[in-house]
Amino acid sequence: MSHPTIPSAPRLLLMAPEDNCLIARTPLAAGEALEIDGAPVTLPENVPLGYKVARRALKTGDKVLRYGAIIGTVTADVPPGAMLHTHNLVSDYIPTYTLVSDAHSFIGSTH
Amino acid sequence: MSNATLPALSGYLRADGRKGIRNVVAVAYTVECAHHVARLIVNAFPGQEVHLIGFPGCYPNDYADRMMRRLATHPNVGATLIVSLGCESFNRRGLEEEVAASGRPVHTITIQQNRGTRSSVADGVEWVRWARETLDTQQRVPMRLDELVVATICGGSDSTSGITANPAVGVAFDQLVAAGAACIFEETGELVGCEFHMKRRAATPELGEAIVACVNKAAHYYTVLGHGSFAPGNADGGLTTLEEKSLGAYAKSGASPISGILKPGDVPETGGLYLLDVVPDGEVRFGFPNISDNAEIVELIACGAHVTLFTTGRGSVVGSAIAPVIKVCANPDTYERLSEDMDVNAGRILTGAASLAQVGGEIVDLVAQVANGAQSCSEALGHQEFILTYKQFEASGPGCFPLKAA
Repeated sequence: MSHPTIPSAPRLLLMAPEDNCLIARTPLAAGEALEIDGAPVTLPENVPLGYKVARRALKTGDKVLRYGAIIGTVTADVPPGAMLHTHNLVSDYIPTYTLVSDAHSFIGSTH
Repeated sequence: MSNATLPALSGYLRADGRKGIRNVVAVAYTVECAHHVARLIVNAFPGQEVHLIGFPGCYPNDYADRMMRRLATHPNVGATLIVSLGCESFNRRGLEEEVAASGRPVHTITIQQNRGTRSSVADGVEWVRWARETLDTQQRVPMRLDELVVATICGGSDSTSGITANPAVGVAFDQLVAAGAACIFEETGELVGCEFHMKRRAATPELGEAIVACVNKAAHYYTVLGHGSFAPGNADGGLTTLEEKSLGAYAKSGASPISGILKPGDVPETGGLYLLDVVPDGEVRFGFPNISDNAEIVELIACGAHVTLFTTGRGSVVGSAIAPVIKVCANPDTYERLSEDMDVNAGRILTGAASLAQVGGEIVDLVAQVANGAQSCSEALGHQEFILTYKQFEASGPGCFPLKAA
């Protein structure tokens, strides 16, 4: 597995050259202007530390690559700079269980 | 990153030739009904190396029997007190015989034959005091790095775990393996999606096939249970899927060739990198393979691990009975919140304050210091968590140990 490298945008980490997601090295605020692969992107939402954003436009059914490996499938079209998480990315193996408010629920489904 | 400056180690020599980095008196209850008495005995020795272990079940279980034997004769254990109620199924006589045959002081208190709680506690305290005094006269002897077994586990992972703490432990593992130590990584249920990467690192083709089969078994087991090894806090920390968590967890293993697969209680006979298969064999029964992190730490210790490197992003605070746990904190924010529980701040890799190689080197140095007697944070705070539940395993196949010592 390759070690992390810092890409052109210093606040986003690219884990492997072929990845189509980037990792926030610090918390990022909605409206912040960043550059991803030389193109300007305005963040549509807050991105907490360690969360993923799309490196390029992704379409429903696309696989997301992190560390150069597939980490799941996109369930909605995602513009560059938008966050990738349980609302638009699901496991290809076992559904992700998470707590929503005080109610237990399953988010996502297997493919 | 240099292998030249690894410090000299020392440990307590046991009759089987292994060496321990601690000299613990283990107090072992053999059914939940004896737990309270055993705990009261341990509580009489605050801040001393007297640790509580045990098995709560009344029904017999070969796995639990083997685990208790391995733990009671672990190199970090110098003496064992067995606390039995009297009518449970656990083979306390077999455990006592195995500990005695290992050259360690051992004694059994059977509550039903010992006038009940107060008398049993008093007798237990008296025996442990004697055992403690005996062990305290033992001297440490020189210990080589190739006599050391180091384990790693991740708990409370978040998205930073796979960027900072896990690859830093991987760097440390590569140095330790190169120096001859045995290193164990784990959780086949958290390596779903990594099986073909691991297969390429296997020492033999047969082992490669065994690794793939082992992860498939884990994926099947968790699928039947309807719940992967993924907690809500993982998602709060930015991890989205099990395979994303797996890839981050996998970084703990470093880049050394994989020398074998262990099942709980298998002790590696030579140095090298080993995968611990924690998922039971056969049909799905007894529930989740490991109900929480400490169940897995106990299995790593039963494989002979002297010390466990615990990476965490969300911020676990646990330690363990018998073998020290070193916390490597992945997330710089978590480190700020929980610094009193954290040994290493790997979040510095994310903020640019340290390199992966630097933190990897720090971890190796800390392993040596803790091996030589320095307390880890969880140890100094008195953490001695322990869990052992029901499981079923078949014996490891021949493909799992391609590098057995001659």
